[in-house]
Amino acid sequence: MTTSTSLLYLIGLPFAGAAILILGGRRTDKWGHLLATALSASSFAVGVYHLFQMVNRPIEMRPTSQKLFEWISVGSFNVDAGLLLDQLSICFVLLITGVGTLIHIYSIAYMSEDRDRRRFFAYLNLFIAAMLLLVLGDSYLSLYVGWEGVGLASYLLIGFWNQKPAYATASKKAFVMNRVGDMGLSLAIMIAFATMGTVSFAGVAEHAHHTSEAALTAMGIMLLVAAAGKSAQFPLQAWLGDAMAGPTPVSALIHAATMVTAGVYLITRSNFVFDAAPTAQLLVVIVGAITLIFGALIGTAKDDIKKALAASTMSQIGYMILATGLGPIGYAFAIMHLITHGFFKAGMFLGAGSVMHGMNDEVNMRKYGALRHFMPITFITFGIGYLAILGVPPFAGFYSKDMIIEAAFNSGGTQAILLGSLTLIGAGITAFYMTRVMILTFAGTKRWDEGVEPHESPWLMWFPMAVLAVGSVTSGYLLYHNRALVFWLHPLFEDHGEHEELLKPIVVSALALTMVAIGVSIAIYKYLRENIETVAPDNVSWLTKFVRKDLMQDQFNEKFFMRPGQLLTKTLVTTEDVIIDGSVRGVARMAIGSGSGLRGLQNGFVRSYAALILVGALILIAAIWVVVS
Amino acid sequence: MDASNYLYISALLFTIGAVGVVVRRNAIVVFMCIELMLNAANLTFVTFSRINGDLNGQVMAFFTMVVAACEVVVGLAIIVAIYRSRRSASVDDASLLKR
Repeated sequence: MTTSTSLLYLIGLPFAGAAILILGGRRTDKWGHLLATALSASSFAVGVYHLFQMVNRPIEMRPTSQKLFEWISVGSFNVDAGLLLDQLSICFVLLITGVGTLIHIYSIAYMSEDRDRRRFFAYLNLFIAAMLLLVLGDSYLSLYVGWEGVGLASYLLIGFWNQKPAYATASKKAFVMNRVGDMGLSLAIMIAFATMGTVSFAGVAEHAHHTSEAALTAMGIMLLVAAAGKSAQFPLQAWLGDAMAGPTPVSALIHAATMVTAGVYLITRSNFVFDAAPTAQLLVVIVGAITLIFGALIGTAKDDIKKALAASTMSQIGYMILATGLGPIGYAFAIMHLITHGFFKAGMFLGAGSVMHGMNDEVNMRKYGALRHFMPITFITFGIGYLAILGVPPFAGFYSKDMIIEAAFNSGGTQAILLGSLTLIGAGITAFYMTRVMILTFAGTKRWDEGVEPHESPWLMWFPMAVLAVGSVTSGYLLYHNRALVFWLHPLFEDHGEHEELLKPIVVSALALTMVAIGVSIAIYKYLRENIETVAPDNVSWLTKFVRKDLMQDQFNEKFFMRPGQLLTKTLVTTEDVIIDGSVRGVARMAIGSGSGLRGLQNGFVRSYAALILVGALILIAAIWVVVS
Repeated sequence: MDASNYLYISALLFTIGAVGVVVRRNAIVVFMCIELMLNAANLTFVTFSRINGDLNGQVMAFFTMVVAACEVVVGLAIIVAIYRSRRSASVDDASLLKR
């Protein structure tokens, strides 16, 4: 363990940017976006500096820590606010600041027409700072602060155009569903404190060996709830589709590349908890498996390009969560897929933003078509992302996704075959819906609205897309080559030796590519034709209708959570109103009633007062007389 | 002579005073009735002093007189002030305190 004093700059630089832009107000309109981009880039530079420092140190000296201040000190409960940069955090730091900076650059052009561009950049910087705090915190409590910070930034950015009520509702929905997950995280922290008396990662890792499995299982399940909320995993997945209301760079940065992967980070970081709690680990696998199919199915029925990509994000994160649930053999692959996904999905979202930019903010893919002739750069960069997500060699997704499928097949027991098949089916469906997106957008005939004149985006926009496309091609091989990432992360996880190999890697790759080929063929057969309706056809099977409604996720939530919740609230309000308020009001009414009754006596006439005194005195005398005699 | 006769007379005086306070409207008369009640009380003090054979009651009578004198000074001043501003010495007219 090494100590450092420069870790705080990572968080401090973007945070200062957010503070300056928010407090500076309109005065910073002219140069705010440049400052924000520069600060994000310098944070990236600090990250790269730390990476080189880290590589040059021996393995056990690689983690770097910085103590900031004594945060809470009550009796035996001590929490220091500290930062920890280890092999896992550095992956995230570089992804967040690297992709973040590219998206800052992209946003300069994308948001140039917007009156509130400065506010947008302030929120982006705030997000970067919060996300860095999330991955750099050395205890669950510090992580929690960052966790809430990214939730806030996400809320502010989804509702950035909150003059449209639907967008404001979407941001509220995201925030409320995230609260459910946050509750899980706070409960997990409480369980850790109650059973182990510490909330730092190092402390929990140390105590995990001699803590009861029940407590660890409870903590693991709560951490899973937290991860599900933030990463849009089943059953808290419903907010991600609506979160696409935010500006497209936000969808690329927050809702594809970084924030939604915080759940994967949380589970990977808590590997010591999950490794000691098999039940919780099994639940993680189940959640991941359900979500990867769920998201892929939703993706097949979306006509809104951003929502199709959002469903795909959900599904890909399902892969990562599934991999983390497989235990030590899966963590490194989850992180690998997370990084490659960060590249290709952010690239595709930026591509989608570029298409929208050229098509007057139209998001309906049925009104695109033939755009490859008009937006060649967008087509190529998007196409590279497409090949990467499909897992076509040698693009990034091929390495990372195949590793996860392989790990699923090799996880042992009867579940291995089931999980492996699910991941293969997921890959097939992914190929289907991504091909559909490609064909509807870039191939076929023009189905544009009148007056739309698509054009290629300015270089400020395609430059980041190009960089991400390069990442989508190379990142997979670089991380896979010589098992680079696996060895890099190895010191963090306890590996329990070799695993039986159910299928050889080459067989898995062949199976996956077969599934992809099937998916692509079906999509081409269905969509590569002349007459695609600009309005989604109604005469479809009930299954399609079911999928179009997002597998009834909103209806389910409404029926089983919102309505009973409202009923409960109403009952409580009535109870409160009748019983508690009623008794308070009753006392008040009694006082008022008796007061106004007695007020008649206070008529202001001296003689009547005198008469009353006299009568009172007489009664008193009479009473004394009766008592005495 | 039986001392209880003095008590009867003082009770009579007190009753006259009390009834006067309650039924009369003129502030001066009400005042005189209060004096009557005070002096009825004085008479009982003195009577009991005589019956008990000590001076406590008589001392109390002097106190009562002093109180009555002070009360007259303040009370008459109030009555005169009210009369000046309202041209009336009726106690029923001065009934503004209920508001």
